Parts: sequence; structure tokens; C-alpha cells
Amino acid sequence: MSVSPNNQSTDQSIHFSTSQHINFSTTQLINYTLHLADNALILGHGNSEWTGHGPVLEQDIAISNIALDLIGQSRYLYQYAADLINQSNNPFPPVSGRPVTEDDLAYLRDVLEFKNCILVEQPNGDWAQTILRQFFFSAYQYFFYEQLKQSSDERLSAIAEKSLKETTYHLRWSGDWVIRLGDGTEDSHSRMLKAIDELWMFTGELFEIAPYDEAALQNGIGVNVKELGVLWKQKVTAVFEEATLPVPQTTTFQKGGKTGIHSEHLGFILAEMQFLQRAYPNSQW
Amino acid sequence: MSTVSNHNNPEQSSSINLTEEEKKVWAILEQVADPEIPVLSIVDLGIVRSVKIATSSIPPSGGGGALITITPTYSGCPAMDMISTNIRIALSENGYPNVEIYTVLSPAWTTDWMTEQGKEKLRAYGIAPPLGKSFDQKYLEDLKVECPQCHSNNTKLISQFGSTACKALFQCNDCKEPFDYFKCH
Ligand SMILES: [Zn+2]
Repeated sequence: MSVSPNNQSTDQSIHFSTSQHINFSTTQLINYTLHLADNALILGHGNSEWTGHGPVLEQDIAISNIALDLIGQSRYLYQYAADLINQSNNPFPPVSGRPVTEDDLAYLRDVLEFKNCILVEQPNGDWAQTILRQFFFSAYQYFFYEQLKQSSDERLSAIAEKSLKETTYHLRWSGDWVIRLGDGTEDSHSRMLKAIDELWMFTGELFEIAPYDEAALQNGIGVNVKELGVLWKQKVTAVFEEATLPVPQTTTFQKGGKTGIHSEHLGFILAEMQFLQRAYPNSQW
Repeated sequence: MSTVSNHNNPEQSSSINLTEEEKKVWAILEQVADPEIPVLSIVDLGIVRSVKIATSSIPPSGGGGALITITPTYSGCPAMDMISTNIRIALSENGYPNVEIYTVLSPAWTTDWMTEQGKEKLRAYGIAPPLGKSFDQKYLEDLKVECPQCHSNNTKLISQFGSTACKALFQCNDCKEPFDYFKCH
């Protein structure tokens, strides 16, 4: 499941003005928007690999729905980034002689250009690891969208308003599963412990400020992710307590994804996701 | 027009001020079914936000034009492209070959915009309609969802995500039938 190549949204051009960004570097706004889009797309893509393989039918459907929501959110964000690129004549070398589309941004950028957090590119692993990855990310995305709704950029604010409703369900669902598995059987509990071991080190990056965060923040457009860390930790602690799981005390975190320095996993994800457009440029179905 | 009366729907609430031609287009759109829940029209669902008849100042130019604004139910709703296509077909068959469709995200779609007629149609179709208002942040578990088969309130949540993103799966403890509940959103 991925963004289908023929959805160029020619007749659904979303209807907003961007004239408000007079004092804000468009390049930074493009980077900011791509970062948010990449987070949603890469996690959505990972989740979509469960379709047809979920542990039970209902949860197969649930994770597939979450994948759809995330890929849908990424489409709004890529469409916005594409509009900004086209309006500002920012160069996007893979495309010339026609406007850049959402699909170009998803399919024609390489690892170093992706700005997603390393957390979302971690492998699905077992169900416990997928659940915990979703819970960590949804808890972050929930507080993030709640604040992005206040953005002075009307298009980002509208996307946040729309997406927050979906993320509320994702957070509730994944939190319930963390509790069920953590406070479940000996096997499910030990799998959750292992998942925490695997993923905790990638959570710190969610609250790191990249240059585009800084620029967006200074212009009243972005969210102070550093401050979100406190809210996130409270939510995680409350759920972990109910799940009888320990909150790790380590403060050493892996980072780099937000500025294009990724783990080895992203290359494999892109190789599969982008294969068709790379092998058969401009192909459509 | 009976369905253009839901006071929770800001666009539709101005139905008194609609021109005859706008009313005609709304009536055409009421015949466009939602691809995933065909018993509902896209007007019942609150997907259509506004209708404007093209003029010299409102696009598209050329005769027989209409400007339709729609909003998606869920970001990943795979039916949105099909809905746009079906709007074009329906309007084209009824004298509006020249249609422009805009998608807006804000205000975000809510089940509060579903018409009462839409909720009745859902119930008759075997899907429990959304309960309460979207701003009641109640957990699904607290809801007393009525079984659309036997009307018992003794039902339980099976899964927060049903056959489509907009539904949750419930089961009736009395008649034992599983059923879809259209989630508050
Ligand atoms: Zn029943």
C-alpha cells in the first residue's frame, strides 16, 4: 500500500493562500512540511505491511486503517510541500518542465533527503514492537497536532485539525494494546520489555529541534517539540504504569533522521516503496 | 428541501438563501451515493460543504458550470477520488458538464454534520448511527450502542476499527449478532 502514482489531485487542488509567509524562508517551510510528511508516510508504509498478516482479523483491519490515515495525512503534507515548491520556484532536480507533485516527493527523493525521525523507520518486528512504535509515535503526534492547530499557517493548521481526530483514535488503540500486552501473559510482557529495549533509544529524537523547527517556531508556524517531551513522558508513564512496564531512565538517544542521517533500515524501505517509479519512470496505473 | 435542514451544518443551514439553481444542484448531489456505505448520499454524510453556480466571477468559466466544495471524512479515505468522479458524472448527466471540485480540510469533518435522515438510513441498513456529539470525548467503552437488529442496549465493543475507518465493530450480547457502529468523529 502506498500513494498511488496516478493520484495527481488535479481537480482537488486544496484551496488556500500562502501569501502570509512573507518573512519566512520558504525553503525552511518546505523542509518542515516534508519532515512531517515523511514521518507519516514511513510509519504508514511500515504499518501497511501488516495488511493480511495481522494477529487476528480485527487487529489486521485496525493497523491497516491506521496505515491509511497516516498515508492520507502524508498526502496532504506532500501536496502542500509541492505547492510551495511550485510557487516559489525552489528547485527539485528530479523534475523539470512540469509542476512537482506529491508523488514526486514520495518517490523521487533518496535516503539523505528524507527527514523522518529514526523511530518510524524501525522494523515492524513482532506485534509488540509494532504496537510500541505506534504508541510512542501517536503520543508524540497527538500533542504535536494539538499545538500545530494553533499555527499561523492556515494550511498546516487545517491539516493538524483534521489529523488530530484520527491520531486520537490511534493513541487510544495503541495505548490499550500496550496495557494488554504489558499486563498480559509472561510471553507478552517479555516481548514488550524487548520492544522497549529496541525502541526507547529512538524516542529522544522526537523532541530534538532541527533548523527548520527553529525557523518555523520563530515565525509562529511551528511547534516547540522540546516542550512536548514533558507531556509525552507523562502519557507514556501513565500507560506504562498500568501496563506494569518500567520507564527506562537512560537519556542517551540515537538521532539524525530529522536532518537526513538515517539508520540502515530506511534504504530498504525506500528501495521497495520507490521501486516501480525508479524502474519505470512516470509509470501510472 | 428536507435534507438541507441540519442546523449543525453551517453551509447547509443557509438553505433558505439558496437560489433555485443551487437547490437543483444539491438535489442532484443527494443522488450521489457514498461508495463505501451506498445507503447514504454524500449530502447525508456532510461531505458536500458548499455549492456555487459558476458565473463570470466564480470558476469554472464556460456554460453549465458549478463549483463544489467537499471535505474528506478521514485523511486516508480511499473513496474520495471516486466521490469526485461520481459528482462529475452525476452533474454532467444533469446539465452541468463543467464542474470544479475543491477539497477543504477545515473545519474538519464531523459526524455532527450527518443528517437525521442519514442516521435513520444507517439504522435501517444495520449500522448503528453515531451517538452524541463529537466533542464529548467519551471512550467508546462507555457507550451504550443499540443493536440495530434487536434494539438491545446490551452490546459490547469488539474492535475500535471496523470494516472501514469510520466504523467500529460491536457485538450484541442478546441476539449475538456482530454489527458496525458508525463512530463519533
Ligand atoms: Zn441484538
